[in-house]
Amino acid sequence: MNARSAVPVVLALVVFVAAWKIVTIVSGFPPYILPPPEQVATRFVQAWADGIITPHAVATVREVVAGFAVGAGLAVAVGYVLARSRLAERVLSPYLVAAQATPILALAPLLALWFPDGLTGKIVICALIVFFPVAVATMVGIRSVDTGLLELGRSLRATPRQIFLTLEIPAALPSILGGMRVGVTLAVIGAIVGEWAGAERGLGVLVNLARGSLFDIPLMFATLLTIALLGVALYVLVVLVERRLVGAR
Amino acid sequence: MTVATSAPPLAAASASRGGRVTAHDVAVSFGRPDGGRLAALDGVDLEIGPGEVVALIGPNGSGKSTLLRVVAGLLRPDRGTVELDGRPITEPDPGIGLVFQEPRLLPWRSVASNVGYPLELAGWPAGRRAARVGELIGLVGLEGAAELRPRELSGGMRQRAAIARALALEPSVLLLDEPFSALDALTRERFNVELLDLWARTGTTILVVTHSIPEAVFLADRVTVLSPRPGRVVADIDVDLLRPRSLETLDEATVSVTAREIRRHLGRGGDE
Repeated sequence: MNARSAVPVVLALVVFVAAWKIVTIVSGFPPYILPPPEQVATRFVQAWADGIITPHAVATVREVVAGFAVGAGLAVAVGYVLARSRLAERVLSPYLVAAQATPILALAPLLALWFPDGLTGKIVICALIVFFPVAVATMVGIRSVDTGLLELGRSLRATPRQIFLTLEIPAALPSILGGMRVGVTLAVIGAIVGEWAGAERGLGVLVNLARGSLFDIPLMFATLLTIALLGVALYVLVVLVERRLVGAR
Repeated sequence: MTVATSAPPLAAASASRGGRVTAHDVAVSFGRPDGGRLAALDGVDLEIGPGEVVALIGPNGSGKSTLLRVVAGLLRPDRGTVELDGRPITEPDPGIGLVFQEPRLLPWRSVASNVGYPLELAGWPAGRRAARVGELIGLVGLEGAAELRPRELSGGMRQRAAIARALALEPSVLLLDEPFSALDALTRERFNVELLDLWARTGTTILVVTHSIPEAVFLADRVTVLSPRPGRVVADIDVDLLRPRSLETLDEATVSVTAREIRRHLGRGGDE
């Protein structure tokens, strides 16, 4: 992003913060309901400086990254099978849709019960929530690979492995990465929900602590801000990978 | 393909290595949605000698492209056989290069990488591959475009890249399915001259499907005319024109005489 294209982005941010500030003034909400932006900003900087947020953020990032890797990896494999086998699609898709339709919030306590050791349960929740959008995107992407290119591959005696690696995956990559964009932000939600269902550390835990025993609402907002920034950062990361891999087409 | 004065070494070395293609009693039918069969080809015989250029012409739906796919080993006939130098063709063969109607380049690869794609699939080491790709790029006159992406090329340049790719493994037979049909008339004429130049330098046998009678006459030693569906060979017409041919060749009286004969055989089913 160059300086000129950054102008509207910065402008939007200023408008947002100003609106927030105006609401706190006009409504007269006390700071424990809606703290003004400068108070949240101060607390955000302070909490990071004091090292209050860091261990929680590290725990959440670890869950998100591992969960996303597992979920997206499995989703690409399953999405490929769904795209190439009508039978697999008929047999598996009802379960996939049912799993997707079940709120992750309802599954989290169960998963916390099954995986009490901390990290594993959160990875499973993140993987579950990431899985569906990436699997569907992969399936659509692989199905839409130009049949002319597949015939070309066949005419050049490409092995199934070569067809997969040199034709299907590169052709479906824009679609797969589109699914990952959605998936990576969902992974953050998965981690927070997993932490709420039971954890000792994590940004989800810190939100609860700040609201509950600490009763530090500005800290709670600072944590929410951290979660939002984490989501944005991961999203931007996927976009950068996408630019790198498919940008030059 | 601005006619290069010095033929690349490998291309020269491969001169007069055209393959012999024989098809015998080839029949192909396709399933229809209503459960019936649609006969596309019925009892086609074809004999193409080493280094010969044969044009396959026929009305829409006469199964020209289908026949080309059978020869390419992409489609199994219901009946009949196809042989390359006496060897039955039942699947795609490295001795046969195929140029489709559309360039079918991989959009995410550069021109050079597209041209080298068959070599990559065949497991050539990178160094040898790069050398061969360099020759091929020169052969079709794409120097300077090697690192461009397909979308940055004109339609004609894309088809050149596709031809270079088809020649990568030095096939003894080159099959072309209406290769220049997407190009404008002038570019098309120029490409036909260049195709003949390529043919003269590589010595491959050529089977080219076309819709155009002048194109068929200009390119071929022999024009094979197919009937409307189901396709059968209705005529095999020798083209009595000297080589090398140039655009002026098209003005010779023989051209119009041959064209008239072809048109007669295309009959009422013909649409050109």
